Amino acid sequence: MKALLDWIDHRTGSKKLLHELLFENVPGGARWRYAWGSTLIFCFAIQVITGIFLWLAYSPSSQTAWESVYFIQHQMWGGWFVRGLHHYTAQAMTVLLALHLMQVVIDGAYKAPREINFWTGVLLLLLVLALSLTGYLLPWDQKGYGATAVATGIVGIVPGGGYLERLLIGASTYGHHTLTRFFALHAGIIPGAIIAFIVAHVYLFRRHGLTPKLPKKKPDAAFWPDQVFRDAVVCLAVLVVIVFFNIRSHGAGLDAPADPSEPYPARPEWYFLFLFQMLKLPIFKGHLGEIVGAMLVPAVVMAVVIAMPYIGRTVRGHRFNLGFLWASLGAMAALTYMAMNDDRNNPSFQADVQAAKRQAERVIALAGNGIPTTGAITLLRNDPLTQGPKIFALNCASCHRFDGHDGLGVVSKEAIKGADLKDFASREWLAGLLDPERVDSLHYFGGTKAKGGKMSKFVKDDVAGFDALQKAELVKGIAALSAEAGLKSQKAIDQRDDALILEGRKLLVGDSLTCVDCHEYRGVGDTSVAPDLTGYGSREWLIAFISDPSHPRFYGARNDRMPSFATEKILTPQEIGLVTDWIRREWYEPNKP
Amino acid sequence: MVPSSLPPHPDRRNFLTKAAAVVIGGVVTLIPAAAGLLVFFDPLRRKSDAGGFVRVGTLSAIPENGVAQKVQVLKTKTDVWNVVPDEPVGAVYLQRIAPGKVRALNAKCPHAGCFVNFKPGENKFHCPCHDSTFAMDGQILNPKSPSPRPLDELEVQLRAPDGTVTPDGTEVYVKFQNYRVGLKNKEPA
Repeated sequence: MKALLDWIDHRTGSKKLLHELLFENVPGGARWRYAWGSTLIFCFAIQVITGIFLWLAYSPSSQTAWESVYFIQHQMWGGWFVRGLHHYTAQAMTVLLALHLMQVVIDGAYKAPREINFWTGVLLLLLVLALSLTGYLLPWDQKGYGATAVATGIVGIVPGGGYLERLLIGASTYGHHTLTRFFALHAGIIPGAIIAFIVAHVYLFRRHGLTPKLPKKKPDAAFWPDQVFRDAVVCLAVLVVIVFFNIRSHGAGLDAPADPSEPYPARPEWYFLFLFQMLKLPIFKGHLGEIVGAMLVPAVVMAVVIAMPYIGRTVRGHRFNLGFLWASLGAMAALTYMAMNDDRNNPSFQADVQAAKRQAERVIALAGNGIPTTGAITLLRNDPLTQGPKIFALNCASCHRFDGHDGLGVVSKEAIKGADLKDFASREWLAGLLDPERVDSLHYFGGTKAKGGKMSKFVKDDVAGFDALQKAELVKGIAALSAEAGLKSQKAIDQRDDALILEGRKLLVGDSLTCVDCHEYRGVGDTSVAPDLTGYGSREWLIAFISDPSHPRFYGARNDRMPSFATEKILTPQEIGLVTDWIRREWYEPNKP
Repeated sequence: MVPSSLPPHPDRRNFLTKAAAVVIGGVVTLIPAAAGLLVFFDPLRRKSDAGGFVRVGTLSAIPENGVAQKVQVLKTKTDVWNVVPDEPVGAVYLQRIAPGKVRALNAKCPHAGCFVNFKPGENKFHCPCHDSTFAMDGQILNPKSPSPRPLDELEVQLRAPDGTVTPDGTEVYVKFQNYRVGLKNKEPA
């Protein structure tokens, strides 16, 4: 072993290097307060390690970025843990950088001859923030996409910024090349620059030595082992905090895949919130204000920080630097608090956050069955549970209701002009329609032309007068008619009542219930007076109905005001299918454990 | 490094501090590295696509004179997160060898995985990569062939249109499977 080490040393000078690394002079002996710089190197090392493993599973394109991150997060062994480490270490790094900067300024460690070292440190701070910004986009989820789009959009507002923005995002709009560029920056160019500047930073630091905290309490000592031990303990503490946050939230969040056509409450990562909030201040309103707020103010702050070594030379310079630093940090903290407080007290923002959360949970449940090559966004776009309520709210809810609301939970004050379609064609729903008390209620015909019409009269006059036998027949008829719909929610009772349903079918065309006096059912009767009941409420029937309620098979010329959604090209066939499936409660339910 | 005076060398009483520094330093680096390795080894726990029977065509599409007919195999392909139905995943050569009996050979050469061609005039298979030739039943023809084993034969079922397995069936089903190349024995890939 010794021979091998000697052999290596002879050729590389490794012993001298190691000696220099370990036996650096620590003025006044080891102290806990000297450990902050090391924690940053440690965090960077975690990011390199976890980053490389994430890189091995990540695929930067707009159809695979979210999908590969989903796979890391939800399918791979320990994937969530590694991704979470990467995520929370990035945040820890921002906090530690702020602490490091504060310490350097407080101790006056930026003063001559350490100016260049101070500047490399400031540059490293900016590079780490650039890493955060580029990394935020990579999962290509709503959150990263929304926040990054705002950031690159700001680049675009300065004169000539349009070109800059296009260069940055690789196209005129976000897409594959935005991801490849951000990924190359995030995993290659910026880390490479950081390594180079860390080398310079540490070299210069070693050249000038630690800035001792005076007065020295103890004699000078070597870096090894006392200071190394303290550094290791502090790094362990940092790691414990990171792991705590990681486990508590089960890794980093993953929102629904990026979709520019969906509203999303975009916010930057918390340590950029102050910038976001600052731009909302009245003085930064307008185009010029935005340029000043987003570019000029941060640039002036950075310029002052960079000038600190020179300012610090003057009589009150050091105090000014300290004051400036505290004022800046205080302003950032205040703005961050304002931003969080605004959001906390903004119910519509909170509702949007909840909606986004539901969307994310839904797409993750759907992705468990495999994702089409068009990307996970297709899963949501083809999902009745996701799209149905939106289509309903936009196109149906001006007349209809769904359990009293518009499909999305909003209760309109406008008068109801159509039936409430929750559980449409179920036994319960039909029983209500055929109830003399309820037929003309707003839940059914109340708001329509059919109020007081033939069906309404039939229910209120004839059904109201049904004898016990007819009432029993009606129950069977309802069961049979409801079974036409083939609802998933009634599958069990439809199967159980097989015999009863067969009986009910006969009764529907019989003389007692008199349905076919007006309706057609399975070839008996005709539709000149009322809609066809064959297949009532089934997928095919409902699609045909929504497509064209004025068709002779349904209301014909008697149609009140319902548009023919397909014939008038208001909705696409796919949209009609989605809203139909949603009304019929036909959507994929993941097996709950 | 320009310390004014060289610091004193540590003595042995520092042993505990040294050991603790090394152990803690090791632990904090090991945690992210070990977690990362776990993710890296994830592919080892995933099973290869089980080779169920897939329909590759009708019996009438295979020439009656025993000539091999190349057909694409379409099946649901799982590629990490993507699940793609009816995706071409490979090809097989089908031959009628007796009434109600069909032979299926995987078109992938067992040597290095190149696509093997059928030479209709010579009634043999030829691999363009290293000149291996195989007989109609898949056996190695040329003694200098680098292939370690004959072409991989796959299980075939004839099924009626309703799906029942019968020698009179008109639909050809193959249990498609790729085998690892370069090995003497057939090992599912």
